[in-house]
Amino acid sequence: MSLDFHSLALTGVTRTFGRRRALHKVSLRVEAGELVVVLGPNGAGKSTLLAIVSTLLAPTGGDVRYGDYTSAMGAALRARIGLLGHDLYLYPELSPAENLRFFAGLYGIDRVEERISMALDRAGLSDRRDDPVAGFSRGMRQRLALERALLHEPRLVLLDEPFTGLDDAATDALVGRLRQLRASGCLTIVVTHDLDTVDGVADRALLLHRGRLLDVANEGEPLRERYRAALAHAPQPAAGRL
Amino acid sequence: MSFVRAAWLVVRKDVLIEARSREILYTTLFFAVACVLVFAFGFVNEGRPITDAAPGILWIAIAFSGTLALGRAFERERQHETLRALMIAPVDRPALYVGKLAGILLLLAMVEVVIVPLVALLFHAPLFTRPLLLVALLAGGTTGFAAVGTLFAAMLVRARSRDVLLPVLLYPITIPVIIAGVRGTAALLQADVDVPMARAWISMLVLFDVVFIVLALWTFEPLMTE
Repeated sequence: MSLDFHSLALTGVTRTFGRRRALHKVSLRVEAGELVVVLGPNGAGKSTLLAIVSTLLAPTGGDVRYGDYTSAMGAALRARIGLLGHDLYLYPELSPAENLRFFAGLYGIDRVEERISMALDRAGLSDRRDDPVAGFSRGMRQRLALERALLHEPRLVLLDEPFTGLDDAATDALVGRLRQLRASGCLTIVVTHDLDTVDGVADRALLLHRGRLLDVANEGEPLRERYRAALAHAPQPAAGRL
Repeated sequence: MSFVRAAWLVVRKDVLIEARSREILYTTLFFAVACVLVFAFGFVNEGRPITDAAPGILWIAIAFSGTLALGRAFERERQHETLRALMIAPVDRPALYVGKLAGILLLLAMVEVVIVPLVALLFHAPLFTRPLLLVALLAGGTTGFAAVGTLFAAMLVRARSRDVLLPVLLYPITIPVIIAGVRGTAALLQADVDVPMARAWISMLVLFDVVFIVLALWTFEPLMTE
């Protein structure tokens, strides 16, 4: 079943783990062609937010809508989501081509070998296509994982720390790729600490602080300064527990 | 993506990885053989084994080595969080369960190819007088054990004490399977092979298999959605 959507809307999304509250009434709307950066200190709930949006985690409260659909659409909805996690979701015993071929199979992608070759070209790994991923550096794995996440041309792209381990050339290439995703109408959410890198790429920056989502000023000083200002003015709840 | 194709992709991927590393096969096989040898040292005196010990020893070796294989198979998916990539893929999630189950069954079949003749040799057990019944018993028992084990191993993949919890949860639930396996195998080892009894235990194993697999397919998705 083919399914498409042009907006993502979170309304009052809350997630608790036992007595710990990871997200508290988070509301967010992202439109097609928009790139949103989510910032925040460690443990703020950023990865939990991505897990909920990717349907891996069910919210304790609130509502997540993908256009007119919900996560109840199951596999058809998941086919339109691409997730790059902090862990890279790659099998180290397999080669890049084998990893991509496996996931291409799961996503029912056609012209598999052609698209694998293109993905490996973009990742700069064409000459290592048959080597086990176990021998790759973090940056090489990161580039391959990005291609894995985008292999099926998802509508909703979720990237958790995508710049980790990348050198300058690869970082520039990824920034270019993010611009392409935006231009092609993808809904893109990037969780990152690389403020200088995403400054100027993102349409909006949001601060996730102690499970609450706060706006970061969109104009003026560099993003790093705006982030610091937003963090300084963030409300300080007693603790992130119920 | 059809259910069968998704399951096949998972099996093929697991076989390919295991063919490269051979980590789970070797450790499981070594453990199973060691288990049989330890029992042989204890229960075989001057070349004469204790009577009726062989069925129990065979199924203990299968259960213990199976537990080891189940834990390692999902540890591999946990280490690089590839289980998350599988869960987000647009396939019926129970197909992932079936794929992992089929991989475990293949592995345990290879282990059984080694330990069944070993038990027959060390315990003077005429296990091959009715080979088809023996294969049916092994297939039925191993499937029932692995069906529950695969579900529990997947459930526990993020639990801190999963290595302890897996056998603690698995053995009480699979006791009927182990009993049916042991009793069915014992029926094959009698001087006058009790075919009706062996068939009755095989039927019991098929019933357990159907119940366990249906329950696992039904509960896999809700249990795996965090």
